Amino acid sequence: MVEGGLWRRWVFFYIPLTLFVFVLLFPFYWMIITTFRPDGELYKPWNAVAYQPFWTNNPTFEHILYLFEETMFSKWMFNTLLIAAVSTVISLICGVFAGYALARLNFPWAGGLGTTIFVTYLVPQTLLFIPLADIIRNFGLGDTPWALILTYPTFLIPFCTWLMMGYFKSIPKELEECARIDGASRFQAMYHIILPVAVPGIMSAGIFAFTLSWNEFIYALVFLSSPEQKTVPVGVTSELIRGDVFFWGPLMAGALLGSIPVAIVYSFFVEHYVAGLTGSVKG
Amino acid sequence: MVALATSSAGGKRPAPRARLLEDERWLAFALLVPTAILLGLFIAYPFVKGVILSLTSARVGVEGEFVGLKNFVKIWNDGIFHVTVWNTFWYTGVTTVFKLALGLWLALLLNRHFRGKAFIRAFILLPFIIPTVLSTFAWKWMFDPTFSVINWTLYQLGFITQRINWLGDPDLAMTSIIIINVWRGVPFFAISLLAGLQTISPELNEAAAIDGARPWQRFWHVTWPLLLPVTMVVVLFSVIQTFADFQLVYVMTGGGPANATHLFATYAYQLGIGTGLLAEGAAISLAMFPFLFLIVVVQLLYIRRVEVR
Amino acid sequence: MAQVTIRQLNKVYEGAVHAVKDVNLEIPDREFVVLVGPSGCGKTTTLRMVAGLESITSGDILIGDTVVNDLAPMDRDIAMVFQNYALYPHKSVYDNMAFGLKMRKFDKAEIDKRVQHAADILGIQQLLSRRPRQLSGGQRQRVALGRAIVRNPQVFLFDEPLSNLDAKLRVHMRVELRKLHERLGTTAIYVTHDQVEAMTLGDRVVVMKDGLVQQVGDPMTLYNTPANLFVAGFIGSPAMNFANVTVVGGEGGLWVETKGLKLRLPGALASRAAPLTGKSAVFGIRPEDLRVANSADPAEYSMDCEVEVVERLGSETLLDTRVGSETIVAAVEPMVAVRAREKVRLAVTPDRMHLFDAETEKAV
Repeated sequence: MVEGGLWRRWVFFYIPLTLFVFVLLFPFYWMIITTFRPDGELYKPWNAVAYQPFWTNNPTFEHILYLFEETMFSKWMFNTLLIAAVSTVISLICGVFAGYALARLNFPWAGGLGTTIFVTYLVPQTLLFIPLADIIRNFGLGDTPWALILTYPTFLIPFCTWLMMGYFKSIPKELEECARIDGASRFQAMYHIILPVAVPGIMSAGIFAFTLSWNEFIYALVFLSSPEQKTVPVGVTSELIRGDVFFWGPLMAGALLGSIPVAIVYSFFVEHYVAGLTGSVKG
Repeated sequence: MVALATSSAGGKRPAPRARLLEDERWLAFALLVPTAILLGLFIAYPFVKGVILSLTSARVGVEGEFVGLKNFVKIWNDGIFHVTVWNTFWYTGVTTVFKLALGLWLALLLNRHFRGKAFIRAFILLPFIIPTVLSTFAWKWMFDPTFSVINWTLYQLGFITQRINWLGDPDLAMTSIIIINVWRGVPFFAISLLAGLQTISPELNEAAAIDGARPWQRFWHVTWPLLLPVTMVVVLFSVIQTFADFQLVYVMTGGGPANATHLFATYAYQLGIGTGLLAEGAAISLAMFPFLFLIVVVQLLYIRRVEVR
Repeated sequence: MAQVTIRQLNKVYEGAVHAVKDVNLEIPDREFVVLVGPSGCGKTTTLRMVAGLESITSGDILIGDTVVNDLAPMDRDIAMVFQNYALYPHKSVYDNMAFGLKMRKFDKAEIDKRVQHAADILGIQQLLSRRPRQLSGGQRQRVALGRAIVRNPQVFLFDEPLSNLDAKLRVHMRVELRKLHERLGTTAIYVTHDQVEAMTLGDRVVVMKDGLVQQVGDPMTLYNTPANLFVAGFIGSPAMNFANVTVVGGEGGLWVETKGLKLRLPGALASRAAPLTGKSAVFGIRPEDLRVANSADPAEYSMDCEVEVVERLGSETLLDTRVGSETIVAAVEPMVAVRAREKVRLAVTPDRMHLFDAETEKAV
């Protein structure tokens, strides 16, 4: 704890920490309160008299209903879930295999390949989205979920590989050597012994990859065009704004509901997520 | 040769069973193929294609022809591009400094034992977890010119009498974007640095305390040097992400007002996708490459140095 | 069960480090062979090549009369016990032991029979449902042994299996291992850096250094007639004393001489040392072959020393003494009445004297 008297503890610990928590969480509170506030209360100018922005006495579900009745929000949710899940699974399989090979096997150019994968890990999506859009169109994948299912792994695989490499390196080599002497082939040793032991690492990589793909925006924005194909972030952005008019109620409701699946996954696996996060920069 | 001769004389050599994957090289090859295909198809190929595209006059629906460096010359003389370059570096620099300072502060606060620590740690990561676009909309609503809750608060507290048009003024718009980026990035810095702090043995600080070091001196002479490797990596990661940022600006201002807040990515999007000038958009994207490349090289060298040590 | 033959075995890493050099070894069926040497001597690399975990640069390894050079570890019918036990953390003790049999597609009843039998031998029946992390070091060790036993392999390989145990348990497990070998009689190759383990466990001991085999022999041969300076110094505890001497002719034959020390070489040794006359050599004597001299001891087999430290171990007392510029340790009777900084006269057992060529380091 902080040394010294009670006032020091307040000045140097409780007050700053409270401020941090308040600032970091306030936008979410604002999201929630807006979701349930009727339009009549919503659009009051900032200097209106007798305006109570932080609370409402007339909570309403009209924005959420609007979302489900007037937009394709449920379809967007489904799309996002499907794309995130499938691309995460693909990336996990590739990443676990590649990570295993790089961490455990001796082969020519292993070092170079490891570096290459690390470099691709650092390639931002915004560097390649224009030519990639062209390629997606040429492959006939434009405006289908496959456009994202196949491209999300490009930033997820390097991450998963990197994370799994670190994890595999922490598992004693003797485990699989023993398995191989016990009669397992290299692949069986990996499948029966190393993978089960690496489950926590795989979970971390999976959770992190899932949140990353749920979060992705620019590919989804560029590769998808019809409303029924969109993901939540793109759908909310493009379908709830008409010209200059923002439908703030449904927008916030969409933001809130669109955040809930990630928040749920996150809340169940906080430790794995944090391990993935810190592992992602550690290597 | 001698060894071969003796073995053929002294023992029978069983025909090696067909176990291709027992050979490390074949197994490695098999395990790496899926990754290589996906990364080759959707990273290496687009990169090459992007370079070629930037050297043509392609637009949406028009193949275009080879024009050499014309697109690059054009953006070089483009006033908006100049603003974009300045914005991107300013945005990256300022946010990184704030994210590091605040993130480190928060990490140090969290590196103590107090009740509800796990709970608070879980909650403060939310800005980083929640899809950026969605949380940015919450901010956009908070910064709304007419209905801003921030203006309301400042007005009620007596700080302002005129409304602040957060997103209408170029400087204020940039400031708003910086605030949001810092807000989103601080948890990442804090949690990563916290992980770094937790690997520092408390005995070191205790020993320094016994040697008579004040808390500030302990931080400066013990904690900070040991935390530096993690800090470097986190900063470099964050710099890359921030430099190539898109979502935040796209949602908050779309590059406006009057193209005053464009970053590379948003300007590339506006030209390449919005206006359909594919080649010019690709050229602007690629203009990010030298700087990104530099950062990646620094990072690789740094990681290697840490590993060697 | 089978004999193991190693012929002209070489291992070169990355074209640079020559870890194992021309190793030849015949291990008959049912023998317990110990490879011993300091770290980096190539003993573990040799073992791993037998296991198939390292590729062979050149040479041959035969198990039975099959050349196994190109066989995968799974096809060699061997079992190995690792230093860190390598127990599969996600499997119960039972499944750890059953894994090798499952991989080889044994039927359930046979697996169960074998696991129960091995557990019986090792006294770990009550641990079968536990996970490795719930076990103590000694129990883990037993499970690792059990995993090797159930397979009933042709050869057991041990890679420093006792070095993670505390000293007391190590002595206990050493005895257990020896008993186990008497009972099962499986050919075994055991790697250790601990010469006590090597001496107590091995039917034969292979001493290695810098990738080369220094000497192969049963423990007493290594102790009594070490082939060179390295083996002499490595085997035996406390280690043999060495003094740099000159071989000189004198009354009654050959003598070794250095500052503060002059000893006559006994008959057989003297005749072998004749070619070294006038040259420098290394004289060796084990601490246990020294004792405090009495008046009956002849002067040509004794030396005057100054005691520096007295270490009383109970069963014996070690005198750290100085003779001229050499340090000599003597293991003498426990109740000896000598104190530090006193002078003492030590007697040498003549037929226990060793002499090494200073240049080749080979025993004379």
